[in-house]
Amino acid sequence: MNIHKRTLLLLAMATALSSPHLALADDASIKIGVLATFEGPFTVLGEDGMRGAMTAVDEVGGMVGGKKIEIVKGSSDASPDSAVRAARKLVEQDGVKVLVGPLSGDEGVAVKDYAKTQPNVTFINGTSAAQDTTLRNPAPNFFRFSTDGAQWMAGLGTYAYQVKGYKRVAVVAEDYSFPYTQVFGFMAEFCKAGGKVPSKSWVPIGNKDFSSVIAAIPDDVDAIYVALGGADAVNFLTQFQQAGGSAPLIGGSITVDQTVLTSKGKTRDVLIGTPSAGPVADTNDTPAWKAFVAAYKKQPDAFPSPSLFAHGYYVDMKATLLALGEVKDDVSDGGVKLRDALSKLSFDTPTGKVSLDKNRNAIADIYLTEVTAGSDGNLYNKLVKVIPQVNQTLGIPEKDFLALGAVGRDNPSCP
Amino acid sequence: MTLLSTPADRSASGSRLERLGAAHVALAVALVIFPAIGSDFFLTQIGGYSLIFGMLALSLMMLAGYGGMVSLAQMTVAGIAGYMVAIFGQNSSGVLGFGWPWWIAVPFAVLVAALASALIGAISVRTEGIYTIMITLAIATATFYFTQQNYTIFNGFPGFAGLKAPVFWSVDWRSPVAFYYLCLGMAALVYAAVLYGSRSTFGLTLQAIRDNPRRMRAIGFDVTAHKIFAWFLAGVIAGLAGVLLVWFNGRISPGTIGVSAAINVLIIAVIGGIRHPIGPFLGAVVVVMMQTFAIDIVGAERFNTLIGLVFLVIVFVSPDGLLGLWGKIKPHIAQESLRSGP
Repeated sequence: MNIHKRTLLLLAMATALSSPHLALADDASIKIGVLATFEGPFTVLGEDGMRGAMTAVDEVGGMVGGKKIEIVKGSSDASPDSAVRAARKLVEQDGVKVLVGPLSGDEGVAVKDYAKTQPNVTFINGTSAAQDTTLRNPAPNFFRFSTDGAQWMAGLGTYAYQVKGYKRVAVVAEDYSFPYTQVFGFMAEFCKAGGKVPSKSWVPIGNKDFSSVIAAIPDDVDAIYVALGGADAVNFLTQFQQAGGSAPLIGGSITVDQTVLTSKGKTRDVLIGTPSAGPVADTNDTPAWKAFVAAYKKQPDAFPSPSLFAHGYYVDMKATLLALGEVKDDVSDGGVKLRDALSKLSFDTPTGKVSLDKNRNAIADIYLTEVTAGSDGNLYNKLVKVIPQVNQTLGIPEKDFLALGAVGRDNPSCP
Repeated sequence: MTLLSTPADRSASGSRLERLGAAHVALAVALVIFPAIGSDFFLTQIGGYSLIFGMLALSLMMLAGYGGMVSLAQMTVAGIAGYMVAIFGQNSSGVLGFGWPWWIAVPFAVLVAALASALIGAISVRTEGIYTIMITLAIATATFYFTQQNYTIFNGFPGFAGLKAPVFWSVDWRSPVAFYYLCLGMAALVYAAVLYGSRSTFGLTLQAIRDNPRRMRAIGFDVTAHKIFAWFLAGVIAGLAGVLLVWFNGRISPGTIGVSAAINVLIIAVIGGIRHPIGPFLGAVVVVMMQTFAIDIVGAERFNTLIGLVFLVIVFVSPDGLLGLWGKIKPHIAQESLRSGP
């Protein structure tokens, strides 16, 4: 009967391995779920987001409110379906009461919708930056301390028109809610300053061949605004360079992020001098930022400078830990006290003060930058200007801002 | 639940029970009482999800196992049904959503999916082996990109949200236990149908066509028509699975029907084995368990490697999948029990 015993043993082992909820629940620890993209085109971004979250955890020595922090990871591939599936697993199987994530735009919208069905669980965003996650139909238990994609663009449109002197700009961006939000933020200022956007190319996420997109860009533009992320950005920039593209670029926040700047190849030649804006600037020399960079670099495989994903996950995890500390890890009331503490939270991040508006979306400083080569040969985003305390409506009264309509492929438009 | 217990009630006579098979009865009982021990998460995320993917792989198993046509477009067919439910039923995305009641929208969606499947069959029926795979893969990829870039009808990358199982017969079918039984009932129905169909005249003809199409044509059978009808039937199964899938996810987007999802269906069928309709369901349980829990075993960075390794090991040890593995072990167990006699 050897085989029976062996089979039984194997089955038992498999069960033990596959049912972590059977492991003894430890009262001395607090479980926090972290949802990021560990699969698909945004894998590099998700891994750096995780480093950011762990930087915040290490900063408090892995303890909050007297309890040990237990991190449970969930993985998505940047599609909304997979994000909801991973969130469900973390909430319903692993039993987390606090979840930090997700990373990408439409994932955030989907997880926000899921949050409405789990009123006793508190959701804190990762770096998902679609406008509608918090602006329209927000969930009362979804918080975003990492600002949205339109806020990240604050100051860039005016800078491109007035300082760089670009009057006509073509847009190349991925076809989903986050790039819509970024293009909206850029064009809101750029069109107001008098600029024109004669063509917009929306490319599917995970696109490999950009030759037709590059060929379709009009010749009479002064610059190209590129809002692509991760592998897509690298593919576009390489092919743009190979096609002999000479028009200067304007970068979306994640297009000139460390996740792209650290890629190998000839992309660097086309990127140097590219203006952009976002929640971080690599050459920020405030002590708080330098301390954050030093702490971040202790994480395994860290970039020369933290990407905005590391920063976003750090800020959201930090907010989570501050609020958990305030309520002494007490989430037994379905997280009511925790959410109360989160709403009132206002704290100093490595990039300035962060507080929340009534939709639980962050008001924070935004950094206008330009790509330069550092003395060590790496590419960095040089700080040009800080735009202080940008809110979600970009300083426009909320009623007028909502009247501009939801972001999309055709909104805004100034051909 | 009713769906399952009625045949069991009827089979009071011994011969009927024998014909049903002891294994089937034991499996049915285990599946029916599963909600008594499983948590809500296990009911929906493991149980329901496995049954849905089992149905999808079953529609592939039917085409590949009985008809010799390996299709990578079953996920696409399911997606078509899902999108139909989203477009003609109710969604919360603000695009289309004609608000048809479920009892019109669902049969309509399944019918459209079955017709689409028959069309895919008509396109690929003249090809064989690897060429069928390539054509269906091309169709799957094209449909994926079409839905991703078409915003007027399919709402592009975000797809449709707010698709929920309906409430009828005063049962809320979106609650975990009810949804599990809904999936189980549907899976049992199509499983029994495929098992019955495989022994029917049509099923036997299809298998004969698989083995020797030229001879069947010479006898006077319309080979093409038989194959296309098999595609239509497989489309009904995939369409039903597609409807359940959007109710399960509450949403549908191009990611649902992407190439990796399409290949997943093939992997499930291969892991389980395509000799018998139970194979796809076995494969689905293994794959869903792996995809859900691998991240807890090896961490977030390497879990896909572990999934790949397990697949490799299964296919390496037994080319017929888990069914073949069972076929290998069974004689050993019989031998062991003989040897360990008094």
